[in-house]
Amino acid sequence: MQQTSMHETHVGSPRNRVDGRLKVTGEARYAAEYTAPDLAVGYVVSGAIARGRIRSVDTKAAMAVPGVIQVFTHQNRPRTAWRAKAYQDEVAPPGTPFRPLYDDKILYSGQPIALVVAEDFEIARYAASLVRVTYETEPHETDLGKLREKAYKPPKTRSGMAPPPPRGDAEAAIGAAPFKVDESYRIAIEHHNPMEMHASTVVWEGDGKITVYDKIQGVQNTQSYITHVFGLSNDDVRVLSPFVGGAFGSGLRPQYQLFLAVMAALELQRSVRVMLERDQMFTFTYRPDALQEMAIGANPDATLQAIRHDAIGCTSRFEDYQESVVSWSAMMYRCDNVTTTYKLAQIDTYTPGDMRAPGAPTGMFALESAMDELSYKLQIDPLQLRLRNYAETEGGGGKPFTSKELRAAYQLGAERFGWSRRNPVPRSMKEGRELIGWGMASGMWEAMMEKTSARATLTIDGRLEVGTATADIGTGTYTILTQIAADALGLPMEKVTARIGDSSLPMSPVEGGSWTAASAGSAVHVACNAVRETLFKYARGMDASPLANADIGRVAFRGGRMELMADPSRYVTIQDTMRAGGVDRIEAEETAAPSRINQLRYAAYTHSAIFAEVRVDEELGRVRVTRIVDAVAAGKILNPKTARSQILGGVVFGIGMALTEESMMDHNLGRFMNHNIAEYHVPVNADIHDIEVIFVEEHEDKINPLGVKGLGEIGIVGTAAAIANAVYHATGKRIRHLPITVDKIIGEKEAA
Amino acid sequence: MNRFSYARPGSVADALREVASSPAAKIIAGGTNLVDLMKYNVERPTHLVDVSRLPGLKSIEETGEGGLRIGALVSNTSAAYDTRVQERYPLLSSAILAGATAQLRNAATTGGNLLQRTRCYYFYDAAVPCSKREPGTGCPAKDGVNRIHAILGTSDKCIATHPSDMAVALAALEAVVKVAGPRGERDIPLADFHRLPGDTPEKDTNLGADEIILAVELPEARFAKNYTYLKLRDRLSYAFALVSVAAALEMDGDKVVEARIALGGVAHKPWRVPEAEVMLRGKAPDRMVFETVADRILLGAKGYGGNDFKIELARRAVIRALSQAAAGTPQSQTDKRIQ
Repeated sequence: MQQTSMHETHVGSPRNRVDGRLKVTGEARYAAEYTAPDLAVGYVVSGAIARGRIRSVDTKAAMAVPGVIQVFTHQNRPRTAWRAKAYQDEVAPPGTPFRPLYDDKILYSGQPIALVVAEDFEIARYAASLVRVTYETEPHETDLGKLREKAYKPPKTRSGMAPPPPRGDAEAAIGAAPFKVDESYRIAIEHHNPMEMHASTVVWEGDGKITVYDKIQGVQNTQSYITHVFGLSNDDVRVLSPFVGGAFGSGLRPQYQLFLAVMAALELQRSVRVMLERDQMFTFTYRPDALQEMAIGANPDATLQAIRHDAIGCTSRFEDYQESVVSWSAMMYRCDNVTTTYKLAQIDTYTPGDMRAPGAPTGMFALESAMDELSYKLQIDPLQLRLRNYAETEGGGGKPFTSKELRAAYQLGAERFGWSRRNPVPRSMKEGRELIGWGMASGMWEAMMEKTSARATLTIDGRLEVGTATADIGTGTYTILTQIAADALGLPMEKVTARIGDSSLPMSPVEGGSWTAASAGSAVHVACNAVRETLFKYARGMDASPLANADIGRVAFRGGRMELMADPSRYVTIQDTMRAGGVDRIEAEETAAPSRINQLRYAAYTHSAIFAEVRVDEELGRVRVTRIVDAVAAGKILNPKTARSQILGGVVFGIGMALTEESMMDHNLGRFMNHNIAEYHVPVNADIHDIEVIFVEEHEDKINPLGVKGLGEIGIVGTAAAIANAVYHATGKRIRHLPITVDKIIGEKEAA
Repeated sequence: MNRFSYARPGSVADALREVASSPAAKIIAGGTNLVDLMKYNVERPTHLVDVSRLPGLKSIEETGEGGLRIGALVSNTSAAYDTRVQERYPLLSSAILAGATAQLRNAATTGGNLLQRTRCYYFYDAAVPCSKREPGTGCPAKDGVNRIHAILGTSDKCIATHPSDMAVALAALEAVVKVAGPRGERDIPLADFHRLPGDTPEKDTNLGADEIILAVELPEARFAKNYTYLKLRDRLSYAFALVSVAAALEMDGDKVVEARIALGGVAHKPWRVPEAEVMLRGKAPDRMVFETVADRILLGAKGYGGNDFKIELARRAVIRALSQAAAGTPQSQTDKRIQ
């Protein structure tokens, strides 16, 4: 990729969100807020049993309600693609995707079994309550703990999710190691619970054409899903998702409300909106639990001899969802003998899915808890144990890293936290009635980049528009794209408009995996560079151009001008240049893709060192996280302000995972029961105290032209482990099953 | 949500007539619980009687006996921040502020708070059985997800808890609920206002279907110095109590003259055991005594698996609350540290 010198006026500096005003004034519109003159509203009827068949659906009473237009069920649904493959979206795991209203089979509790479409929402909701369904139940199983014997290696691997090959002889080395930890760990199933509930508004444009406002992290994924399932062409379907009110992965795959809304709109030939209720947000994807066994062996000098990490994750009966749970154990530390396995067991739920750093906080909770346990056995400081086994290459013997400043992160984080003042003895720190604990953990997440295209259009009024079909789920994508574009052409940010969330824009993958800054950012960067070069050619060709003999590398694009770096008094303006060139717009569409050579040669990861202080009222079982320091090494930080917010959000997510969040399954009914946000406990302000975010200087020049690694996931990865380790330090109680709730603190005995 | 008719009567007499006009009529004031339940098809009233603008029920007044009368329509916020309540019944103020969120407390009323329904997951989910919602269908919570459920006074038919914080303080303070019905007005002591589930879990209270709450009356204040409301929950705000304890002591020097202890989150009603309170009379506040008292309160407590921990948690909470009350260091509802 071509690299040109560039003045970074905006990139690297804290900038307010360009869409901030729209959001706080309510002008930013979300999928369910769009309307159409003839809008009908659909309401989903959710199933009550976990497995079986629908014996009967009686829709007479619902249809009799004035204002009801149609009740769709499996019996009268319009025909859609018959091949299951047509339903496989861009990020579907191997298997047969769930097809709403496909037949009479019940695959999980809460499954949509009818859609009532009415003239307004209230009518639809009321009529939905009148739909009578009877079932033939079949035995179900939702308890992962009972399925250990039925676990299997997924026959088809989800791309990039195969556990790494073993190295050395871990079994023998663990057996021989004088110090070892061998324990089981579990997390809890979590639901994403974004603030905005999933919704799709389908506007009927006539002639079989539709415009779809969807809550989705990738408009082109929705578009291709619709075209494949409903047999439409790309020209018939435009998908828009300019704002997304949080998603955390729940909006990666098109969800069932989209299918239902499109189905109804096409069949009724009118506009239809379907929005899920809060309790229905618990009827699709979730973060899976996993049964994890983790063994680590070490020598007396605290060097790791062996790591074994086995995980059995839950999935549905119809798709083999896979995530990276165990791979971290093979990469994080220098260790010659490592073996990991990753299997699945099927439970009768919807297919789990990617949720913020999918797999990583799960696996790292086990690895980083076990490392902490090992540090006490070795009587070495937990941070020293990690430094002693620091991996200079992937896992100590693998690929070199594109960059890795984790050592600096450990050091800076420890300094800011005051780690050196820690008394290593559990239960040694106390204030009033509260025991104080300090714990730490490492974090790791892949720094990915995906092939992405962008268009840049400079107009003679000095405005620049850049566009790519990615999404901003609240992370700040609009803002960083604006910064990158503004710097490329030397314009103030106010002169730049970033357009995203529109399927008609240049190709972009879904927004996820922390790859958007690297991918969409690079695409915008190269598209703007192309415009910049064209502009410069015009500038050189102007009569008596002061830049006639200049090299683009020696010209600064600044304040709407191109000026010689050596003599800024010699310049031309963008407008004069375009006028002289006889153009009123310069447009370029470019594609940025990762360097395959570098991908083969190097390992690219973000890292973090996270330090946590907890205060525990042991008698009453109450844990407060009073301080977090998270030092992050993530390459170039495009916008320290939005970047900090990303990490804060990730840390809060991790606090929830550690202490409060848990989707509670009634195994008799096969149903998640605490399906509202009064009873599913996301942390509230009172649960959150000081969080300090540090970005470590990390020079990155191999993964993309911007040197950016992405920040969406890394904030959560080590957080739960650091908190659990702090709880141990405070209380002497090792809790290996998240979340660490009151009952576990008062029920658990102190570790021997 | 089903269709319903709506009336906004101008007087208590009219309101009573409206309530009597339909067997499926329901009173609405703040609506913070009822509207949710209607959306979930748990409550299906055919007629809503909006009492929120009835005259005379929105004030806090002195009673002839030295107590306070809190009108049924006084918002939770207004009651909690009323200076007379804060000075004379700080336990009540504290308990109210421990509940819900500022936004909910602004909308919720005194009468409505008493009539809020359980937070049992099964009660809220019309797709599953629940004898409280649909009598005779059974109680899946007993061997299901029950970490928030009751450990005292349960029945085969229901193990739900009453979620109010305010009612727990009112039970300790021996408040009286003033109600009006077609046969005139009557008093219901708070202790008798809520019921145990027994064979009729669908009935939360002893308030008649044709009655409405006018006010809650507090007797002369006695516990303004040595009190606490200690609420333990899964997150530090906006969560219902796993266990809460309202403790109020009247002290003479270092001796307890009278004690009141009410527990929330453990039963279908605020839980008081007068026999346990008596055990504190004449005693110096001492952990050993508190332990005996706690054991007495929890006599017969029974867990259902997920909520077994509540028995020990409640015991510890009673001990801590009594320590806080005796020391005159009530639990702050803003600083989340527990003294």
